[in-house]
Order: sequence, then structure tokens, then C-alpha cells
Amino acid sequence: MIRLEKRPQPSRAYAMATPLLAVLATMIFGGLLFAVLGKDPVQSIITIFWEPLFGEFAFYYRPQLLIKGAPLVLIAIGLALGFKAGIWNIGAEGQYIMGAIFGAGVGLAFYPSESVFIFPLMILAGAFGGWLWATIPAVLKVKFGTNEILVSLMLVYVAEQLLASVSLGLLKNPEGFGFPGSRNLQQYASAHNAELITGSGMHWGVVAAFIAVIFAYVLLARHRLGFAIRVTGEAPRAARFGGVNPARLILFCLGISGMLAGLAGMFEVAGPAGQITIDFNVGYGFTAIIVAFLGRLHPVGILLAGLLMALTYIGGDIAQSQLQLPAAAIQVFQGMLLFFLLAFDLLTNYRLRFGNNEVTT
Amino acid sequence: MTTPLLSLSGLTKAYPGVVANDDVSLEIGQGEIHALLGENGAGKSTLVKMIYGLVKPDSGLMKFNGEAFAPQDPRTARAGGVGMVFQHFSLFDALTVAENIALGMENAPAMGQLAARIREVSQSYGLPLSPDRTVGDLSAGERQRVEIIRCLLQDPKLLIMDEPTSVLTPQEVAILFETLNKLRSEGTSILYISHKLEEIRTLCDAATVLRLGKVVGACIPAETTARDMAEMMVGTALKTPQRSGNEAGEIILELNDLSLPPASDFGMPLREVSLSLRKGEVLGIGGVAGNGQDELLDALSGETQVAAGMITYKGVDMSSLGPNARRAIGLLSAPEERLGHAAAPDMSLVENAMLTGATREGLEKGGMLDWTAARGFADRIIEAFDVRTPSAANAARSLSGGNLQKFVIGREVLQRPDVLVVNQPTWGVDASAAASIRQALLDLAEGGAAVIVISQDLDELMEISDRFAALNEGRLSPPRPAAGLTVDEIGLMMGGAHDLEAAHG
Repeated sequence: MIRLEKRPQPSRAYAMATPLLAVLATMIFGGLLFAVLGKDPVQSIITIFWEPLFGEFAFYYRPQLLIKGAPLVLIAIGLALGFKAGIWNIGAEGQYIMGAIFGAGVGLAFYPSESVFIFPLMILAGAFGGWLWATIPAVLKVKFGTNEILVSLMLVYVAEQLLASVSLGLLKNPEGFGFPGSRNLQQYASAHNAELITGSGMHWGVVAAFIAVIFAYVLLARHRLGFAIRVTGEAPRAARFGGVNPARLILFCLGISGMLAGLAGMFEVAGPAGQITIDFNVGYGFTAIIVAFLGRLHPVGILLAGLLMALTYIGGDIAQSQLQLPAAAIQVFQGMLLFFLLAFDLLTNYRLRFGNNEVTT
Repeated sequence: MTTPLLSLSGLTKAYPGVVANDDVSLEIGQGEIHALLGENGAGKSTLVKMIYGLVKPDSGLMKFNGEAFAPQDPRTARAGGVGMVFQHFSLFDALTVAENIALGMENAPAMGQLAARIREVSQSYGLPLSPDRTVGDLSAGERQRVEIIRCLLQDPKLLIMDEPTSVLTPQEVAILFETLNKLRSEGTSILYISHKLEEIRTLCDAATVLRLGKVVGACIPAETTARDMAEMMVGTALKTPQRSGNEAGEIILELNDLSLPPASDFGMPLREVSLSLRKGEVLGIGGVAGNGQDELLDALSGETQVAAGMITYKGVDMSSLGPNARRAIGLLSAPEERLGHAAAPDMSLVENAMLTGATREGLEKGGMLDWTAARGFADRIIEAFDVRTPSAANAARSLSGGNLQKFVIGREVLQRPDVLVVNQPTWGVDASAAASIRQALLDLAEGGAAVIVISQDLDELMEISDRFAALNEGRLSPPRPAAGLTVDEIGLMMGGAHDLEAAHG
């Protein structure tokens, strides 16, 4: 019989090792899945993990890693701050959309005048849009005790409706021959979030993601507020005893995660995506939840996890086109990653005991 | 001499890393009340769990009425005539007394019949209890009666009681003892676990002392002093806390009709609590658990906000200040629940030192935390209060209860408070650690600070308090000088016994 026994204190070794174990297990079981589908498992795994980095077309895929990784990291950093405190913002997707709408809206309001102040203004507007959307569940939770998981999630669908509405109305390109969608910001120099180094994939959103990682690291490790976040997550009552004001912490955590999601949306719409369209959002806000957990809610871990997740996206696309793997199989593969991570997570706080012993306490 | 009811010989039970019981032998005679003494972790629980069939011994022999006895599970133990009243009750609040008792029985009779039997047993043993009442409405003492009657309905030959008096007022203790004496006179044996040595001296016929899993002594409690028994438990001579009867100074903290609505449906409100606390005094606040102790501590620590004017500190209203603002001006506190309230279980001692020490110890500058300084503060606590831990980097939950309690109290004491409020400072702490904690509190008062000790341990309160007050249903009795208070007076301040008249009528 196998029993779980609580460790006297969490194992640091396992906390570090579980993401690696999870990736390994995902490769094994994902390979089995692909084998059942009649594909060569080794070939599939190589296509997903190796091809984008070192394959024939790596020069094209490598910049994609930053382009896809940046929004994931940016959003996941904000989410992790809340998750660490037990505040569950599930609606980053909606905040991402609102950041894009606000950011693009401000940029398009100035069209076609050119100024160096337009882009910074768009950044502020994008951050504000995301912050606003996340502050709704925060205020409702503080004032009425509503569940932030439900409210933030439902606001995603509201945001999607708003997105459809502005694509067809307010922000629609007047010279777009009636097609839904805004003007392309890539063709509007003052508003374009262009590549900083050509061919690198490096745009301002990537810079922001790196800054967010450093900011979150310092906040959690050395600042009173980060300590308040960690204690609240570990023991809410001890946090109150330690002087943490729970209402203020909820407003801060939801606010900052909304802000970062909004920024991600704004950088995306002004750069890689270029325009507001009905299907602008592709699920970064939800995938970032996986990234946050895969990265152990630790800023550096999230950076690595974001890049890994971006890799499976890109590799998955390649596998779809080259090996005709169904898209659903790739999604299962990504889901496995979170599943195994959570499963192995148990080993941080518990150890397995084999043998038949009676109840001890 | 007749055969003993229960005889244990050479019982051994080992868990990974610790031998809980090592070659334990003892005998309990027919109709004997036998005390089992020992500090936390001495192996008392493991021993009674083996008798009750919850744990199987690795080796050793048990004999019940002269026959080999090896219960596979509690059901066989009960069938053999062993009943147990646990320290923590397992009752459903929403059900009636009779329904709760029926749930615990193998072949419960019809409800009417059962109610009649409950009345019969409760009458004959002087345990007033109505079978139709809902358990949620009962006091702790009454809940315990439900558990006892549940056992008595099975006609046990041996009744095991684990710390039965920790939740009772002195009057309720008296009722319980009469019941136990009556059981003894009818030939039932009782194995009685308690920390309260004076109780054991009045009640028990024999005592066995355990230390670190081994039997270290036996005695006749009536002929042994409490001090000698305590020293047997601890293994060393005990220091009695010393105090030097210093004069109380000026008033530093005043509560003026402090009232608070209950925090939840089952919470306790605070009702017009008033007191003035003087520098250099120790005010003891007694009372049965759940009568507003936690609420009072939260109101004083600043975790719960109270209306303006209710708390005055050094003449200034500080009702609206939060915990850290109160710490900054010298009002510190240590809650009862160590894990999860006074300390974050999974965080290191360094982080837990930061939790309350940031403001007063200068561990924080402009919002940035100085972990090196926090580490130094944690090390100072560990050093000064003899906290046994491999290092300050260990998680709070890896410490034993007593060691963590020393850390929690030490953390506040070392911050040189002007007023320190502690709730259950020595709960679950072994005798020597408890003595050092009490000494630290007395030293603090001697240094001119005012100390409020909220506790359910009356012996402790009598030992260290200058004045004594009791919480009952959220009301605080007017404080009275502790010296010269009789047990009866204290009991009445605590609210007396519920349904006292009905008992022994």
C-alpha cells in the first residue's frame, strides 16, 4: 500500500525538480499519445521541442518565441502575484482585450497625426484599460464579498462582446471596404510597436516582460508588499495579525495583474497583431494561468515557463503542418504539462511511503 | 488480591524516528481511578490508543480481566468493555443529544427507548442532560456529558478519559468528579489523563508517570506533592516563577465599554468590556474557551476594528489603529493559535520574525525589507528563549508546539512592549518551557510593562496574576486582586456550572 506522509517542511529539491519532472512525463505520455495516433513519437517530440530552435527554419521561429512568450510572461507575472496571495484572477483574457481596445483606441484617436508622445500615451491607456477591467471584480469582492473567480471570468465574455462591437463600429477602419477590424497600426508609425532589432522578435512588449520579471522578483523578495502577498497566501489570519489590510491587497493584486494583462494586449495590438479584429484574442490570458503555475509562481520560473509554453505553441504548429497531428492532440499535450506539474507538486509537501502501516495519529 | 482489570506488560510502539512507547508496563485494578501523567509527547496518547484498538503495539502483551486482549479496532475494544472519552468531541451540532448517541452505537434501540435510557443514566450518575436538546446549543461541559453518557450506555469496565477537565469550570469539574467517584464505587475502573496535578491528587488512587515513552515512576497521588509529580514528569527540578511584588504604576491602557458584534453566526460578541491596566501589573483573564477570548485579543491587537473611544492607550484613543500602528506605539500581542495566526506555518522563522518585528526592530526601511537584520532578530529570539530548532531557516511548522510557542512569545517580549497581550501562552507546552514563558512575562512586568494574560489554566493565572478577571459570554467580570481568591469565587466569576441545581438533586 502506498501512503502519503506530510513532510515536516516543504522540500526545496522537489520544488525545483517538479517542473523538469513534469516536462519529462509530458514528453513520455505525449509521445505515447502521438504513437496511438499513428505518428512516430520520437519524431513528434523532436518536431515540437527541437525544430523551432535548431531546425532548418529556426531563423523564422526563434523570433516567434519572444513574440509569443512575451504576452504570456507579462500576464503570468501579474497573475502570479495574485495567486500567491490566494486572489484568483481568471479573467486576464478579458483584461488583455480591454488593454488592446484602450491602447488602440487612443492611438487611432490621433490618426493620422505623428508624434513621439502617442505611443507612450497608448501604453498608459492599455495599462488603464486592463486595470479598470480587473478592478471591477476587486471592488465587488471588497464591497460585497463576491467571488473574484466568477466575476473576472464572466467579464472575459463581456470584453469579447465589446471587442466585436468596436471592430464592427467604433474602431472600424473607414477605409476598410466594410471589412470588420480597425486600421492596421503597423502602418501608422507613431503607434507601431515595431521590432527594436530587425529579425529578433524583440519589441517593447518583450522589454516590458523582462522589466516585469525583475520588478516582481524584487517585490516578492525584498518589499513589504511582496511579503504581505506571500503571508496572505500562506496564512491569511497571520497576515492580518502582521498588519496586512486584506481589502487593499485585493485591490492591489487584481489591479496590477489587470494592468500587466492590459499592457500585453496593447503591445500585441500595436505590434504583432497590428489591428483590432473580432478574433484578436487567442487565449494568452488563459494559457498564462498554466504558465504561472508551471513557473512555480516565481518570476524567473515564469520567464522560463513562458518561453517553454511558447515553444510548444510554435512546435505544435509545425507538428500540425508537417506531421498532420490534429490540433486537439497538441492541446492535450499542453494540458498534460499542467496536469503532471500539479501531480508532481504533491511531492513537495508529501513523501510517499510504501508498506502497510496502520493509522498513526 | 484480585486480578487487575487491565495489565500491560512490555508494550512497545515505534514510529519512524521515534519510539512512542518503550517497554511500558502498568496495572489498573478493579474499581481504581488510575492517572496517566506525562508531558506532551511522552507517549500517553499512543498508549491509550493501543488500549482502545486505534494503534497496534509492535510488541508486548495486554491482559483484560486476566485474559489476553488485543483489540483490532475500537469496535472490538468497546465490545470488550473499554470506553473512551476523547479530548476533542465528535458530535454533530445540528443533531439532538439522542441522535448523536444513536449514531455512535452498534445496535441503537428505538429513539424513544434510547431517550429513556439516556435520562436514566444521566439521573443515576448526576449528569443532567436532556436527550432532546440540540448539541449546537450545549456548553462544552454539556457536550462532554454527551460523550460520557455515550460511553456509559455500553456498560464499560474501563473508561479512558483524555484531559476531561480542560474545558470545564471548577463547578463542572466538581460534578464530573462526583460522577467518576460513583462509577468507581460501582466497580468501573478509570484511566485518567491530565496535566492538572491537583485534580489528580484529589481524584486518583494510583498514578503512572511516562517520560519519552518510558515509565519513569509510579506513585500514590494523595501521598505525593504536585511538585514531586511535576518533577517526575519533567525529569529535572522545576523552577517556580519568581516575582518581586512590584508596585503597579500609572494607568496605561483602558477599555471603555468595549463591545463588538459576533464575527459569525456561531461567534461570541464582546459585551461592554471595561478595565484599566496599570504599568507593571499582570492581569489574568480566565474563562472557559469560546467566551470571547479570541475576540478580545483581536480587538486589542488591532485585527478587528472597534468604535472610537473604546480603547485608550496612554490617554490617547487608539481604537482605529491597525496592528502595525499599535505595535509602533508599544502595544504588542501574541494570539492563541500558533500555526496560522501567530505564525505562518510554511514560512521560516526568519520570515515569521519579520511578520511582527518589522516595525519595532527596524527590519524595514521605506518598504524594503532587511532580511539580514530579520535573521539576526530571529537568532536572538532562538538564543534568548532557548528555541530548539536546527536553524532559523526552518519552517515554523517543523517546530514542536512548545518550541514554536517560545518563539512566538519571545518575538513579542524582545520587542520591549509597553503592553503585551497574550492568549493561552503555555497551551500545549511542557512544564519546563511553560515555567520559562511565565518567568519571561513576569520579568516583563517587573521591567514596567503591563501584561494581560488570557488563559484557561487557572493554576497558571493564580501563579502569575496580580489581578484576575473572567470572561463569560463575552462579558468581563470586574477584576479583583488575585491573592486570596478562592476556587469557588473564581468559578462563580467564570459563570458557574450550567444546570448546577439539577445535578445530584
